[in-house]
Amino acid sequence: MFCQVCGKNEATVEFTEIINEEVKQLHLCDQCAKDKGIEMEQNFSIADFLAGMSDLGIKSSKGDIQIKCKKCGMTFEDFQKVGRLGCGDCYIEFRKNLLPLLKRIHGSTRHIGKSPKEVDETDGKKKISEAQELRQRLQRAIDTEEFEEAAALRDRIRALEKKAKEKP
Amino acid sequence: MTLDDLWNGTGEWLKGTGPDPDIVMSSRIRLARNLAKYPFPHWASEEQLEGAISDFESAYKQAQGYFNGALFLRMKELDSIEKQMLIERHLISREHIFNPEHKAVLISEREIISIMVNEEDHLRIQVLQPDFNLRDTWELADRIDEELEQYLDFAVFSDLGYLTCCPTNVGTGLRASCMVHLPALVMTKQVGKIVQAIGKLGMTARGLFGEGTEAYGNFFQISNQVTLGHSEEEIVDNLERIIKQIIEQETAARNSIFANQRLLLEDRISRSLAELKSAKLISSEETLGLLSIIRLGADLGIVKGLDRSMLNNLFIQIQPAHLQKKEGKQLSAEERDAVRAEFISKKFNI
Repeated sequence: MFCQVCGKNEATVEFTEIINEEVKQLHLCDQCAKDKGIEMEQNFSIADFLAGMSDLGIKSSKGDIQIKCKKCGMTFEDFQKVGRLGCGDCYIEFRKNLLPLLKRIHGSTRHIGKSPKEVDETDGKKKISEAQELRQRLQRAIDTEEFEEAAALRDRIRALEKKAKEKP
Repeated sequence: MTLDDLWNGTGEWLKGTGPDPDIVMSSRIRLARNLAKYPFPHWASEEQLEGAISDFESAYKQAQGYFNGALFLRMKELDSIEKQMLIERHLISREHIFNPEHKAVLISEREIISIMVNEEDHLRIQVLQPDFNLRDTWELADRIDEELEQYLDFAVFSDLGYLTCCPTNVGTGLRASCMVHLPALVMTKQVGKIVQAIGKLGMTARGLFGEGTEAYGNFFQISNQVTLGHSEEEIVDNLERIIKQIIEQETAARNSIFANQRLLLEDRISRSLAELKSAKLISSEETLGLLSIIRLGADLGIVKGLDRSMLNNLFIQIQPAHLQKKEGKQLSAEERDAVRAEFISKKFNI
């Protein structure tokens, strides 16, 4: 059988492709399979990335894997399997293990860019302020005995409060 | 706007207007946003997914300024051809048609804004405009985001920014992209080098229909990879700069072919035209390849009298679902190839 892509070489590889609900079985030659492979690399998912993390020297301990998000019930192990987080709070619960990952992906762990406006002008509903958010996270850090994180959060809250006082 | 209006209309992004319409076909901004009160869609219960849909529905209705005449569609209410047509029109992702039960999409008039509900994130806000127009496109997306924010409580931290289901989108949740047509760089075999170089600059190149698709018709989508640690403006600026360089490279390659291999180029163009005029069976892949060459010919003034928006539109009209909609029935791949050949030959035999 000849390759179904180039039609020139002997087909040596069987390749299953799913495009828009249509499953296509392709018989390809080595070269065309390699070309498809390049495409697959671009499709490289975060789950694969996580699976390879331990090879990169970023290891999660047994205890870390069992950390469970209190809001949505996802464990860090679940996250490693699916490559997707369960809810916003997972970013707090898995913080220690996520930060090195974010650093790898983005080269940064700090958002620079827009944030929601603090106060909704139409109905006056107050959006959560930075200080409130930090206090909630501090409480959680204390609950989960993440003392290093708690200390860092406390410092940030103090700095914020100081800044607020200095304002006329 | 009704569903029929949508199918009979043409997306603004295909109009081919603006200063650089030959190389950059369209500019797109996508923002990922989640509602703080629900788990992310893949981890949410049916009630929570429905909650996200109804919260969004009431929010966009209050934010009418941007959505006058917009069409709100529940994915489960569309048949498989219609769902496919939305993908072909770049209004939804390929992922959005799977498990359609609790998914929806809002589409503005002229197809400039589309918002997917319960895709990977609760909201995926897309703004799609013709030409090389990233800054305006970003500004519009920003205003829509701010408008929706008044009625929805987004999941956001001050240090990590907007929280997303996949950590690759966290921070700005912004993906900016341009669809570029690079036939001369493909012909001169330089495109691989350029794709590699783009990768080193934190950008990525994908095919015509996004992630995991091939660069049919010499179209590439160039977009940013990184969403955390750079402001939205920086991301847009960076992409803009890279696209400008790509335009220069493609223009240089076109000029060089035009100057040094004119006959070869004219040969390819007239052969492509002949094939489009006379084929009896033609796949969408093959059609895209041939249309790409014709488009290049039109850009260089070798093919005369072809309207750019007609050509751009053909890239969508020859797709499988659009053909089937026109015929009013499901067609096998071979039937589609026959219908496509007939449709195309009519367009070019004038």
